[in-house]
Amino acid sequence: MHPITTTHYLILSAALLGIGTVGVLTRRNIVIILMSIELILNAVNINLVAFSRHYQHVTGQVFAIFVITVAVAEAAVGLGILIALFRNKETVQADEIELLKW
Amino acid sequence: MWLDTAFFYFFALLTLGGGIFTVTRKSAVHSAISLIVSLIGVAGLFLLQKAEFLFAVQIVLYVGGIMVLFLFVIMLVNLDEAARVRQFNKQWWVALACVLVVGAEIGLFLNKPLRLPAAALPPTDNLGNVERVADLLFSQYLLPFEIASILLLAAVVGSVVMAKKRV
Repeated sequence: MHPITTTHYLILSAALLGIGTVGVLTRRNIVIILMSIELILNAVNINLVAFSRHYQHVTGQVFAIFVITVAVAEAAVGLGILIALFRNKETVQADEIELLKW
Repeated sequence: MWLDTAFFYFFALLTLGGGIFTVTRKSAVHSAISLIVSLIGVAGLFLLQKAEFLFAVQIVLYVGGIMVLFLFVIMLVNLDEAARVRQFNKQWWVALACVLVVGAEIGLFLNKPLRLPAAALPPTDNLGNVERVADLLFSQYLLPFEIASILLLAAVVGSVVMAKKRV
């Protein structure tokens, strides 16, 4: 078996990013769109940590901590918006919320 | 060495399989559980790369915090009828085509031998991962760290205001 290189991690991260992007762009349920955003942010973190190991320097991990912070804030605010939205519109389907659509 | 390889493929399988199930399942609870599997896979990858602190943060914060929040909202918002209707929007094939194009581009890019600078040698001092992260976080990145705390405060206040019945 080949040893695992940084490229392996980059390919894995790209694949996870693709899955997350497909989820964001194609699903109608807002909860699952938010989960897909978490997948995308995790793909970024894999990348950061892979390069952190490649260069043997922890800056990448510090940045991953900041990414996680932003992800937490995003999830909290996003789910708050979702609750407010469900209370007013009684729907969680992204394409039924079209108030700003021309 | 081969154990590392085996673990990498195992965690990669968890991550990608969980991700695919998250995106394709009908029920939001099934999606959330698949997302937990995926996040645990990512945590395993962190551990494999000797990022022990991030491994702990990933488990505690994502699997313990964010996922509980997601499940809480799924229970709060009635998703039973959302599981019965059409799951994908009408432009799904456009999105899939775009992602495939981008994926092919990244694949082409990674297929060439990557001209990364040579991997650095591991440092010789016997500091642990947590000490290194803390050293950097509290010296060079102290200002971003404090700004992150303000961001979290704003997010907490914002989500409470957003979810309140009457402001």
